[in-house]
Amino acid sequence: MDKRFQKRSIFLVLYLVFAILPVYWMVNMSFRTNEEILSTFSLWPENFTIEHYKTIFTDASWYSGYINSLIYVAINTVVSLLVALPAAYAFSRYRFIGDKHVFFWLLTNRMTPPAVFLLPFFQLYTTLGLMDTHLAVAMAHLLFNVPLAVWILEGFMSGVPREIDETAYIDGYSFPRFFITIFIPLIKAGVGVTAFFCFMFSWVELLMARTLTSVDAKPIVAVMTRTVSASGMDWGVLAAAGVLTIVPGAIVIWFVRNYIAKGFAMGRV
Amino acid sequence: MSSMKPVNQKAWWLILPVIICVSFSAIIPLMTVVNYSLQDIISPDRRVFVGTEWFKAVMRDDELHGALLRQLVFSFSVLLVEIPLGILLALSMPAKGWQSSAVLVTVAISLLIPWNVVGTIWQIFGRTDIGLLGASLAAMGFDYSYTGNPTHAWFTVLAMDVWHWTPLVALLCYAGLRAIPDAYYQAASIDGASKFAVFRYIQLPKLRGVLMIAVLLRFMDSFMIYTEPFVLTGGGPGNATTFLSQYLTQKAVGQFDLGPAAAFSLIYFLIILLLCFVLYNWMQRVGAQDKPDGSHG
Repeated sequence: MDKRFQKRSIFLVLYLVFAILPVYWMVNMSFRTNEEILSTFSLWPENFTIEHYKTIFTDASWYSGYINSLIYVAINTVVSLLVALPAAYAFSRYRFIGDKHVFFWLLTNRMTPPAVFLLPFFQLYTTLGLMDTHLAVAMAHLLFNVPLAVWILEGFMSGVPREIDETAYIDGYSFPRFFITIFIPLIKAGVGVTAFFCFMFSWVELLMARTLTSVDAKPIVAVMTRTVSASGMDWGVLAAAGVLTIVPGAIVIWFVRNYIAKGFAMGRV
Repeated sequence: MSSMKPVNQKAWWLILPVIICVSFSAIIPLMTVVNYSLQDIISPDRRVFVGTEWFKAVMRDDELHGALLRQLVFSFSVLLVEIPLGILLALSMPAKGWQSSAVLVTVAISLLIPWNVVGTIWQIFGRTDIGLLGASLAAMGFDYSYTGNPTHAWFTVLAMDVWHWTPLVALLCYAGLRAIPDAYYQAASIDGASKFAVFRYIQLPKLRGVLMIAVLLRFMDSFMIYTEPFVLTGGGPGNATTFLSQYLTQKAVGQFDLGPAAAFSLIYFLIILLLCFVLYNWMQRVGAQDKPDGSHG
């Protein structure tokens, strides 16, 4: 057993090194001048500079990108969870006409290749007068986040024995009260994972977010594509912006880590 | 989803908000694309109905067949590497303490990087003159070049995808593993079960739900991979890393053939749908055979 444990630790360390190296290279690039990035191979910055970070924090078109992204990602994550929780409960607890079909149909909405679908999206949101608003991106992202949330939550909810529901109803709990005070705390792990995935997929999505915004709601992923200019690529600023895009998500996972790590008291997935 | 669930048509009220939210962004764009696919759009005002003409043309397109084959090989390679690696990683991650928090955050980092940046990092990372990966491979004596050698380009895109997405599988499995009650492990240790037996008869059946999601997600997302290889290799060298999405975008944006591109999109969508449906049913059958092993505890 001890030997086995060691083998797993070695594997874990090797994987973490593999995971970290490209990220380290990005951090390394973000502290170097563009000339140095393109001319020399070096394991650490030789002419250490924070110029690229300064550019991002002082230029409104850069930092407002982060704020715009955070706004629509937050709206999207909250709405996804709110609508997906009751639906996942219905799928995990009851049979009804078309249940299996609707369940699979939901996932098919993640299967549309974006290239051609962007144009009708643009037309739809222009017609609604929602172009270049945070709401438009948040709503568009529901298309792929809500199905994901329903699928993940359904898996966790099916792990909770049905006797718990029945006992609560016999004890006189109404559905909303039982759902909020008893059931949701039981699947905290699932809610944590789901919230993180909704955040993540909405945060990194580029094509829809770029199509539906121009100035006021322009997300950071779209601002980043700007670093390709006539004078060539601004590698340093791109790397610094990349480093900064990790931060909000890392904070989110830090907050939900306990829910993920604890699992839940009596269920099974 | 067991068969003992009660029938309750009122459950529709619970899923109604989801249906409204999703249909809003799903149905109108889908109908529009179907509409495009049946017309020859010469200019916004001049459209000619052409029926299934575009579908026939797309089905006969040899370049498309090549891209589809490359796509299938790539997506199944992704599954073959990422699913076992993700499970192994989840099993190796510490269950509690500060180490578990640190490892969780570290593992999740690659997921949080925007896809165009992922491509850019690997573009530099793989260069033999200024990138760590390229320079290391060159120092070991490989004549490595992801821009010149099709095989190297293909494996670089695969390595990038493994780096980028294995954490998704690992995080799902990790949350699934944490949900297995200790009683199962205690029962297994009383029976004197080997590590492998514990994995095969306790952990794997319990991970069925999350693995189903992981396999389907990784399959459909890798089948639509676009941004990362576009930035890294631009589909080259030659067409070694031109996958379906890239070919579609060339048609839709580059040549501005909206009709054929729409027909292509729909066929593309149906292929993903069909393959996911097959995977889904296959995994449910495999899982159902496992049920007796997993549920007696």
